[in-house]
Amino acid sequence: MSILVIAEHENAALKPAVLNAVTAAVELAGHAGGEIHLLVAGENAGAVASEAAQVAGVAKVLHAEGAEYAHGLAENVAPLIVKLAADYSHVLAAATTFGKNVLPRAAALLDVQQISDISAVESADTFVRPIYAGNAMATVRSTDSVKLITVRGTAFDAAAAEGGSAAVETVDATGDTGLSRFIGQELTKSERPELTTAGIVISGGRGMQSGDNFAMLEKVADKLGAAIGASRAAVDAGFVPNDYQVGQTGKVVAPDLYLAIGISGAIQHLAGMKDSKVIVAINKDEEAPIFQVADYGLVADLFQAVPELEAALDG
Amino acid sequence: MKVLVPIKRVIDANVKVRVKADESGVELTNVKMAMNPFCEIAVEEAVRLKEAGTASEVIVVSAGIAQSQETLRTGLAMGADRAILIQTDVPLEPLAVAKLLKAVADKEEPGLLLLGKQAIDGDNNQTAQMISALLGWSQATFASKVAIDGDKLNVTREVDGGLENINLNMPAVVSVDLRLNEPRYASLPNIMKAKKKPLESLTPEDLGVDVTPRVETVKVCEPPARKAGVKVASVAELVDKLKNEAKVI
Repeated sequence: MSILVIAEHENAALKPAVLNAVTAAVELAGHAGGEIHLLVAGENAGAVASEAAQVAGVAKVLHAEGAEYAHGLAENVAPLIVKLAADYSHVLAAATTFGKNVLPRAAALLDVQQISDISAVESADTFVRPIYAGNAMATVRSTDSVKLITVRGTAFDAAAAEGGSAAVETVDATGDTGLSRFIGQELTKSERPELTTAGIVISGGRGMQSGDNFAMLEKVADKLGAAIGASRAAVDAGFVPNDYQVGQTGKVVAPDLYLAIGISGAIQHLAGMKDSKVIVAINKDEEAPIFQVADYGLVADLFQAVPELEAALDG
Repeated sequence: MKVLVPIKRVIDANVKVRVKADESGVELTNVKMAMNPFCEIAVEEAVRLKEAGTASEVIVVSAGIAQSQETLRTGLAMGADRAILIQTDVPLEPLAVAKLLKAVADKEEPGLLLLGKQAIDGDNNQTAQMISALLGWSQATFASKVAIDGDKLNVTREVDGGLENINLNMPAVVSVDLRLNEPRYASLPNIMKAKKKPLESLTPEDLGVDVTPRVETVKVCEPPARKAGVKVASVAELVDKLKNEAKVI
């Protein structure tokens, strides 16, 4: 039996998290055996299928074409996964908003209890996953015949995007269920690295006091080549858009360097960043919980420290 | 239109979770419990639909141990009209909960199911998608805006890249995200009134649902602890450490 990975894309290019899910699949194949196949379901997504065929470790790409897959609607993608699942021991997707939306729907249709957000593979049926905002790590064993799994991207290295030479096989589309329609999207435009894959992340919290003050963080980010994130408090206050949120129910990041600016460090925020290699906290409250996880803590007024930091990076 | 709001009793979001010494799970004895925060947002949205005259009745439903009644009473105090408890001591997985909720939905025939996108204990993020699949209804996860337009529903979803707008056939299942609304606190008079609102008690057997777990918990451990760091005295020292000690910039 082989392992199927559901590819996320916008009909033009693969999303980076797919490569982390492929690595989890490679680890699984080490226990369970079998090939790794990538499913690309989209509209005019031939370029994505070709890109997917280059990913190291992938033996076959299944390409399903149809307008019903153009926007990744769960009601249309899930039946395709259900149709294909019989040939696979495991079906994986990255734990992105796409994977979280689509895979449980397929799991229920298959009568499978999905395993969400795994951070390690112990064997063909046993996995480690964070629970309670990462305050506990559960080792769980699935008894379902097919295992549906979402993968925490930060816990697995990205597979090489090139070097593979998989065959691309066309599979029949499953049609439009007509249950829902895509109307439009408002995507945050940024020249900076993507938050979940950036090597350096600088995040602001309630202490930033306004959205305008995030300009200070942008200047530092530009010098470091960093992505910008935020705590829930900063997003709720309207300082920055929702897609900046790092935490238990937002994005999970694990960069080489995470700078927490004006963030107190609620457990829900720590859940999204405590696997970062080096954590820096700048906060004027020396009792702030963020200092308990920070490798380097600076008790200071961020409105002085951040411009100073920006200036110091020139030196 | 009836609105069905499934809710869950979880450890209070402000409690520091402790893993049991025997690694069988986390300590739940003498720990403060509360309604899952995302469920509060779902109840609030349903009650607002009732107040706007769009919903005719708001039903809160919970599956779990007898004490889940307290969580249902909180939902009633927030403004729900009646409650259903599906009582069982079996630890419930999302698929089992979805099957129970499907059975309730088949009976109650709501036009809309509103529920939290994720429970902060298991962090599974599955139940809404699963019940939508079992019912064969449309689904909108991670909603930050919900507007009913005749027999259709317009939903704005929080996605990785920003926001997405979709239009759903009704009946529909919607899982709610943090920005949808700010839940109210139940007033004391409403807490008193909630005690008199109807609460129906069922079992999985009543609903004909097998809730046997599919996933075995082998063990639950503490996460790897981070080593205690150091405080630096100045920005200059910080930059020096990052360059020469951590070597990350």
